Amino acid sequence: MFGTLLNRLIENRVFRSIVRHGFPDSNRNRSLASFTNFFLHLQPVKVRLKAIEFTRTFYLGGLSLACLLILSITGVLLMFYYHPSVPRAYDDMKDLEFVVSQGVFLRNMHRWAAHLMVLLVSLHMIRVFYAGAYRPPREFNWVIGVVLLLFTVLLSYTGYLLPWDQLAYWAVTVGTNMARAVPAIGEEMRFLMLGGHTVNENALIRFYVLHCVALPAALFLGIAIHLWRVRKDGGVYVEPGEGGEVRG
Amino acid sequence: MAEFELERGADARKVPLRLLFVQADERPAVEEEDAQVVMSFPHLVLRELIAFLALLLFLVAISLLFDAPLEELANPDRTPNPAKAPWYFLGLQELLHYYPPVVAGVLLPGLIVGCLMIIPYFVVNLERAPLWASGRVTKVIAILLGSVGLVAVLACSGAHPLWPAIVPTILIALLMVLPGLLGTGTRTLAWIGSRSLPFWIFTWFLAVGLALTVVGIFFRGPGWTLTLPWRDGIYY
Repeated sequence: MFGTLLNRLIENRVFRSIVRHGFPDSNRNRSLASFTNFFLHLQPVKVRLKAIEFTRTFYLGGLSLACLLILSITGVLLMFYYHPSVPRAYDDMKDLEFVVSQGVFLRNMHRWAAHLMVLLVSLHMIRVFYAGAYRPPREFNWVIGVVLLLFTVLLSYTGYLLPWDQLAYWAVTVGTNMARAVPAIGEEMRFLMLGGHTVNENALIRFYVLHCVALPAALFLGIAIHLWRVRKDGGVYVEPGEGGEVRG
Repeated sequence: MAEFELERGADARKVPLRLLFVQADERPAVEEEDAQVVMSFPHLVLRELIAFLALLLFLVAISLLFDAPLEELANPDRTPNPAKAPWYFLGLQELLHYYPPVVAGVLLPGLIVGCLMIIPYFVVNLERAPLWASGRVTKVIAILLGSVGLVAVLACSGAHPLWPAIVPTILIALLMVLPGLLGTGTRTLAWIGSRSLPFWIFTWFLAVGLALTVVGIFFRGPGWTLTLPWRDGIYY
């Protein structure tokens, strides 16, 4: 019964115009599922069994990306309720708490996913180091990875200011005061970051635009290059000699 | 210099004129030809889906149980004490307790990022030869002298002795020389002995970073004085 229903759903002109191959019950159709799908074509059609074992990578890179997806979705939803102005930004936090249905849950998801992402990206880097996966030809992908870690931290940091509560305000004040210490251009750098000499409404709009537009765009582009290069270099790093059966 | 000429034609196989590319090296680097492989769809896709759902479930549970902090409206006239940065910066903020801002806030973070980026361009990081493969006596002396020097620098260079870095440095140095002193008789010693110098440097970096961050998160209170989280609670 279920089988025929599934068949009826898949074997018709409309469905086949969207997904051009048949049910993936043969290796041919499974290959087609990978390389005719926009999202799946990031991955090779076949992968080494060793490379997809959980204990090899703990899926740290993938889970970081998963965090980013959750953050993007919850972030867009939060943007519907947020005005980057003083003191409206803080009022919006209170609205999320008392007016918007599931507002607290939404903000919690975004907040905890952000912290988790910083953690996961760091752990991903540590794992990659110990595996020696930065070895040629992957040197530059390691460098891109370090840049992606910086982007992640900056995203988290710019988001930290947006609730405009005491915690946000003073954490960002402490952080941006560090910029002052840069020799010669410190004060100018800080002014550029904040749009003023103190953390004020100009800083809020700068951090907001960086947090919602510039940094996510840069991060997604960087991740695309990062994944593309992993793919070009033969997928997840497996130490030579431990990849499969011993040769010869 | 050759004059630029626009090549055009209706036959894509002939225009533009093709050259033969000979790949010099064997990248993409899949050296094992007889490794066990499976189809990505469904084997990898399903694993990714399960991992994603597990993460989502975890985040939902955490979000239901714990609320994100929200304090009163920002007030530029009322500085909280302590004023702490987000947790991932507390290692650096802890350093600020010992060193002037130009060192803790500019020099060291720049150095950390720079060092991380150039890791793959050093042969020692690519070879990762076991530290205790040869030359025991000189290495034991070198490691001990090096770490004593480092501890001296960490103890004297800042406004206070940098304990969160000194303790991990001593521990890592002891672990490093253990196989040199005791040999590689047991399995644990053999494992430690087969680690490379880059392994130890990175592990030292992580241990110091972790110690500084943990102290910054849990053990610092008003005026950046030492507090005990089980007695005084956590300041954030």
